[in-house]
Amino acid sequence: MLTYLLRRIALALTVVLATLVASFLLFFAGPSDPAQAMCPEQRCSTDRLNQIRESLGMNRPLIAQFSEYFTGLFVGRDFQVSGDTVQCSAPCLGLSFLTNRPVSEEIFSRFPATVLLTVGVVVVFLLVGVSTGVLAATVRGTAADRMLVGGSQIFGSIPPYILLLLFALYTTRLYPIFPQAGSLSDGVIQFLPGLIAPWIILGLITATGYTRYTRNSMIETLSMDYVRTARSKGISERKVVGKHALRAALSPVLTILGLDVAALLSGTLITERIFEIDGIGRRALAALGQDDLPVIMGTVLVTAVIVVSMNLIVDIAYSFVDPRVRLS
Amino acid sequence: MSDPTLLEVTDLVRHFPFREVQGLRMVKANVRAVDGISFTVRQGQTLGLVGESGCGKSTTARLVTRLDTPTSGSILFQGRDITTVKESQLRGIRRDIQMIFQDPYSSLNPRHTVGAILGTPLRVHGLHRGKEKQRVQQLLELVGLNPEHINRYPSEFSGGQRQRIGIARALAVEPKLIIADEPVSALDVSIQAQVMNLLATLRDELDLAFIFVAHDLGVVRHFCDQVAVMYLGKIVEYGDKRKIYEAPEHPYTQALLSAAPDINVARGIPPKERIRLVGDVPSPINPPSGCRFRTRCWKAQEVCATTEPPLVAAENDVALRGAREGGLHRHACHFPEVKTHLVAEVEPA
Amino acid sequence: MSTAFGSPGAQTTAEATHPGDVVLDVVDLTVTFPTEEGQVRAVSNLTYQARLGRTLAIVGESGSGKSVSSMAVLGLHNPKRTTITGSIRLDGQELVGAPRSTFERIRSQKVAMVFQDPQSSLHPFYKVGKQIAEAYRAHHNVSRAVAEKRAVEMLDLVGIPNPQRRAHQYPHEFSGGMRQRAMIALGLVNDPKLLIADEPTTALDVTVQAQILDLINELQKEFGSAVILITHDLAVVAETADDILVMYAGRGVEKGYAKEVLAQPSMPYTYGLLQSLPSHSEDVHELKAIPGSPPSLLKLPSGCSFHPRCSFKDQVPGDACWTQLPEWRPTPGLANRQVRCHLPDPVATLRQDEGIR
Repeated sequence: MLTYLLRRIALALTVVLATLVASFLLFFAGPSDPAQAMCPEQRCSTDRLNQIRESLGMNRPLIAQFSEYFTGLFVGRDFQVSGDTVQCSAPCLGLSFLTNRPVSEEIFSRFPATVLLTVGVVVVFLLVGVSTGVLAATVRGTAADRMLVGGSQIFGSIPPYILLLLFALYTTRLYPIFPQAGSLSDGVIQFLPGLIAPWIILGLITATGYTRYTRNSMIETLSMDYVRTARSKGISERKVVGKHALRAALSPVLTILGLDVAALLSGTLITERIFEIDGIGRRALAALGQDDLPVIMGTVLVTAVIVVSMNLIVDIAYSFVDPRVRLS
Repeated sequence: MSDPTLLEVTDLVRHFPFREVQGLRMVKANVRAVDGISFTVRQGQTLGLVGESGCGKSTTARLVTRLDTPTSGSILFQGRDITTVKESQLRGIRRDIQMIFQDPYSSLNPRHTVGAILGTPLRVHGLHRGKEKQRVQQLLELVGLNPEHINRYPSEFSGGQRQRIGIARALAVEPKLIIADEPVSALDVSIQAQVMNLLATLRDELDLAFIFVAHDLGVVRHFCDQVAVMYLGKIVEYGDKRKIYEAPEHPYTQALLSAAPDINVARGIPPKERIRLVGDVPSPINPPSGCRFRTRCWKAQEVCATTEPPLVAAENDVALRGAREGGLHRHACHFPEVKTHLVAEVEPA
Repeated sequence: MSTAFGSPGAQTTAEATHPGDVVLDVVDLTVTFPTEEGQVRAVSNLTYQARLGRTLAIVGESGSGKSVSSMAVLGLHNPKRTTITGSIRLDGQELVGAPRSTFERIRSQKVAMVFQDPQSSLHPFYKVGKQIAEAYRAHHNVSRAVAEKRAVEMLDLVGIPNPQRRAHQYPHEFSGGMRQRAMIALGLVNDPKLLIADEPTTALDVTVQAQILDLINELQKEFGSAVILITHDLAVVAETADDILVMYAGRGVEKGYAKEVLAQPSMPYTYGLLQSLPSHSEDVHELKAIPGSPPSLLKLPSGCSFHPRCSFKDQVPGDACWTQLPEWRPTPGLANRQVRCHLPDPVATLRQDEGIR
């Protein structure tokens, strides 16, 4: 088990490192010129541009830039910005070109908002998706089943941003049933009510997929011999379905869950934008519009770490769910 | 007896390598599915391969048809080495060696008509050009199906009829050797006999040789001339059918035969004494040293753990019959139970 | 001495307690379910009884209805898609039309089932001991620890070495034979009066099959329960069963003492099955196959379902085989034998045929 974990973590680190190198090359050796982006309305002189490039360290060899960035990840670094020293402690992902604040601060300060959003959404789609899926499977072939499956299909085939926009418009603006999002800096209690609307709508959108995965998986397991065995023991039908069939049915759902959680944690760009939640998705979107390379690259790295860790967590979870999967 | 040798298999080995993590290292290991077996099949002769699951009988069948490539050893078909022939050169062999599969439901493409299923091998091998339809109808008649059903799909036939289609497909290219892997075990009892009779008739009419893989000892006795009993990738006893069934020499063969329930008990014949084997078949990844059967054998002694018994003929058998190849009964055991009464018939007075 | 097949409905109101008492009394059972192609009559007017201390073999080919009838005993069919008529009385209690709660009470407590494939019949995610304990707790108000102790005892009873350790293992850590032993332990944990074993050895190797059949026989002697052995293997029947019911196309066609039926069949189908078997103790040149194939349950033949494949129908006067369903009748000269056949003297006819061949 331990050796398996070590091997998996080593593999995960390799993936993150590869992402780091690739994104560094893509962004910093690419055609984009951050110096221009930093000049308001492109009115800087060539001298001024060179000055900025020098202050960013961009006129030095790529290797040197990379090694500085890389060491910064572990020990932090200091930046000189217009005479002041900005401390960027480890893990340092550079400074935002625009705000001159360390990227790690920019991202991590917004991470709690994204996590809170994610947790609520996951709770909603698991509750709704799994329960409707189980229900549809147990009443398979009936009108109720067709309604659940048809409904989830129709709902799931509308582009999410339309649903998000309409829901935000109707429930928080036109008829303010749910409060609009506030800032997390006002405190969690003040912040949470603003998440109710996105929890519900994003949860429901994601749930449509889970209704169908769970239903199909349940139908398969309900026909398994071991479910027949469970029934022949004389235990209640609720236990047969809820314990014997559901546990087996959920293990394939676990993989998809891992990917979805990773995607949510990496920032839901559209949802955070529409509901004005100051999470990492919204920050990344802003950085994209502003050519703020260090922030974009920081977001990419954080995403890579999240995806890789979620995969690891799913694999470990598998070994707990299914004893046949041995971690060796 | 002097029929020419069709197939000669020598020291055939098939290991399935896999990698396993031990500590921080990756260790290579092998599933030793077939681990050095030799046998011959003559024209018109039927060899039965029997043994329990995991003994390597189905792997052997796949190797001989070259659906799989052996790790080592040699397969000679009509004197030609086909052990490592490349895929592109296999066509000739595919024509001479055909296979009949166990499951008549999954081995026929449900979207093709019977005409297409039987016509494809003809076209691939360029046989009966322009007269494919007549040949297909002839084949259907040969296996006892209505030739007018040429445009039907497999789903319109019963299990037994589908197995007949499978047999017709194997016969389409006029093979010399047919490998039948459990051809009747998926069929109902009343249908099994029909298919067995069909195979026997075809064998006689077309002078076919068979390798017949089955776990049903009664079926094997009925259909085969020679029998090889396999255990954990090895042949433990090999010889004439009658001798194997009536005077088995290897303890495993004895146990296998004694374990099969016997319907004659109903006719008042007392049940034979059952040899109860202890434990399970060991893993083919790490088989026991020496004789592989020793862990479950009631005769096992020290030598069984240290020395692997070769597949040899019983001494008195050799003395009596001389070196007449093929007729010899062989066993791989340090302590075989050689009964002499069968041999005694041959012994001069 | 008790007879295996008395008149329907006898002794069914009292609980079965003594050897030979009727535990299961199935009368006129018919099971149908709709399919896309029409109504399938899986079981038609089936009548049989299972008695304490005896093993009844139900023999037939696929589609003969041999498994469907016992699934109905446990209520394991889909109630919305299956129509069941007739009567199934288990220990005096009527099960046809009974609510789910009734079945939940009798399952495992009074009737348990061992299935064909031990590989797929145990839940892969739960420890073997826990799975057995769960069945015990469903009918006994005891703590987990007590139930798990009982599970270990059961594993020991069915001959699993190191039961304490094995109870904490998962099914995939068991071999095929061990899994089937565990299934039997699961079946017997509540000491049911009836154990139904549906092809319990078909998925197993020959040497393991012998062990499992011996085990079922030994346990039956110890527990004194009734056993229904559903199988297609007549040799297994010869060695293990007391009574036999031969089924064809959803109907019973012959019943009696197992060994006697196999030694002297009196229905052409039973006779045909026996004749078609290859033997492993003697050589025969050609197997005597039954021509044709079993009929579709969507469209059963008129009269006797077996008549299209029967080679003796010409010896029945008139067209009875085509037009009339034969009723159960006793066979002259054979005690406790019932057969559905129009032949005037089936035993003589079949014996004569065997002589000719």
